[in-house]
Amino acid sequence: MAEQDTFRDTGTHARKLADRVTHVRERANWMRRRLLRMIVEAGQGHPGGDLSATDIVASLYFDILRIDGSSPAAPDRDRFVMSKGHCTGALYTALAGVGFFPEEELSTYLKPESRLNGHPNRVYLPGVETNTGPLGHGFPVGVGIAVAGQIDKADYRVFVLTGDGELQEGSMWEAAMFAGHRKLGNLTVIVDRNRLQQGAGTEATNSLEPLGDKWRAFGWDVVEVDGHDVAALLEAFDDAVKPRTKPRVLIANTVKGQGVSFMRDKAGWHHGVPNAEQYAQAIAELDADMGK
Amino acid sequence: MKDTVPANMFDCRDAYVRAVEELASYDDRIVAVVNDSVGSSKLGRFGERFPDRLVNVGIAEQNMVGVGAGLANGGKIPFVSGAACFLTARAMEQIKVDCAYSQANVKLCGISSGVAYGELGATHHSIEDVAWLRAIDKLTVIVPSDPWETAEAIKAAAAFDGPVFVRISRMPVPEIERPRGATFAIGKAEVLRDGRDVAIIANGTILYRALDAAQELADDGIDARVINMSTVSPLDLEVVAAAAETGAIVTAEEGLSRGGLGGAVAEYCAQHVPVRMRMLGFPGFAPTGSASWLLDHFGLTASGIAAAARELVAGK
Repeated sequence: MAEQDTFRDTGTHARKLADRVTHVRERANWMRRRLLRMIVEAGQGHPGGDLSATDIVASLYFDILRIDGSSPAAPDRDRFVMSKGHCTGALYTALAGVGFFPEEELSTYLKPESRLNGHPNRVYLPGVETNTGPLGHGFPVGVGIAVAGQIDKADYRVFVLTGDGELQEGSMWEAAMFAGHRKLGNLTVIVDRNRLQQGAGTEATNSLEPLGDKWRAFGWDVVEVDGHDVAALLEAFDDAVKPRTKPRVLIANTVKGQGVSFMRDKAGWHHGVPNAEQYAQAIAELDADMGK
Repeated sequence: MKDTVPANMFDCRDAYVRAVEELASYDDRIVAVVNDSVGSSKLGRFGERFPDRLVNVGIAEQNMVGVGAGLANGGKIPFVSGAACFLTARAMEQIKVDCAYSQANVKLCGISSGVAYGELGATHHSIEDVAWLRAIDKLTVIVPSDPWETAEAIKAAAAFDGPVFVRISRMPVPEIERPRGATFAIGKAEVLRDGRDVAIIANGTILYRALDAAQELADDGIDARVINMSTVSPLDLEVVAAAAETGAIVTAEEGLSRGGLGGAVAEYCAQHVPVRMRMLGFPGFAPTGSASWLLDHFGLTASGIAAAARELVAGK
């Protein structure tokens, strides 16, 4: 990709929503192809959760976040924390897409000594805010960043993407309770609500519902959104970054494996690698989707 | 928990909070993060002086350490303080992943470590902490011995870019006598007394007992070296190698007798400078009893250390 998005002023929203949606959808389509290629080349990966998170991550990195790929440690940068750390396909393609590292490096995914580990590592890879992988870690760290911003009255905003299964971890609710108590208006959590965890459905495993009520009880604003409707996502983020006195959670209803028909809503694709035929079919479907 | 501090003895928490307050007075990046442990960490006055910089997450250690890592990401220097037993065991994965593996600039302060909570039993004893934390790569582990060293360790931790654990006891200790101009440096052991017959390597609350043991041994004509190994990770290998030249090493710590300071010294010696050793500490879960009774009971006393040294010297 020749063109790179850097530090766009989201305050003015000079571009029309329709143009922004087109831009994000193009990038999301590219992310899907690129992450599937990464997984095929590496021989392993977590395509199901990558694909459910792609439209959310694309909306943030290619529209909402005030970040600069050439200045990963800028103190006033917006922070994005990938709490569901196994979804590196979505994260790494986005980070490469905004220029934190060269796109060609995506081909080193999971190779010996690659900076593109199976779970993100901030020590090696610019753009990663904290190392995640074990579930229940990124959210408390995101809360800490938001507390630092609150103490400093800083302008940066903090976004944390969690899995829905991840909400079974106790540390998530420690963090949710504290963020509500601190009234962290600079914090937005997005729950990738694909309703599937590694082994089975979330509701069959250890039910999360009524999920919105749980967050409300912890002092959060709750907004439900279609996690694959980019226009709805951008509008939800535009609203989320307005001044507010409570943390906000976007419960993004998503489909695991979104964008590839045979992966859709299948727990079996939590991790897995498409064979050559499946890969060709997936790419053909993504081509067709972009042609619409 | 009653804290009676005898004359000429000191509770190192006081030195700890004085140092943190001093740092905070000229560096607004300094924040304290606690788990409802304002009182036990003695951070009440810090909270009065710097109300915006005392972050109390309530009784939630995993979140406390994660929030600490986040504060570091936001440019702060967080001193995350809680009872050592809960801070370490409850939040071990956060210490490993959010602090050490992420190389977050977090300062973890394990308060009332060892068997300070004697009567409360093994749930509240923190004798495993040094062994656990020493196993984590890229995490500095410091066990200071007295008020001066505690304050110096806190200042050094603040100046150091990376995660540090400082073990802070509430058990009264005397000021260690040091040569004029003594300085503290992370990773540098201190030879407090030279000697050729046996080396005693200790730290924390046991260090002054090791010095008393050396005096006892001198009365018997045994020339004991006493080493303050306050940084357990990374270990000062030069000083350990030199200690091995005496032909006998006794380690003594207010912790598990395996895996901690003794384990660190033994790992190095067994591979590079084999030497006869005795490792003094607690064999496992300790029974109830006051902290001082527990130290006596398990031989972590001047006479206990001296006895171990005599046995080693006799067997040379």
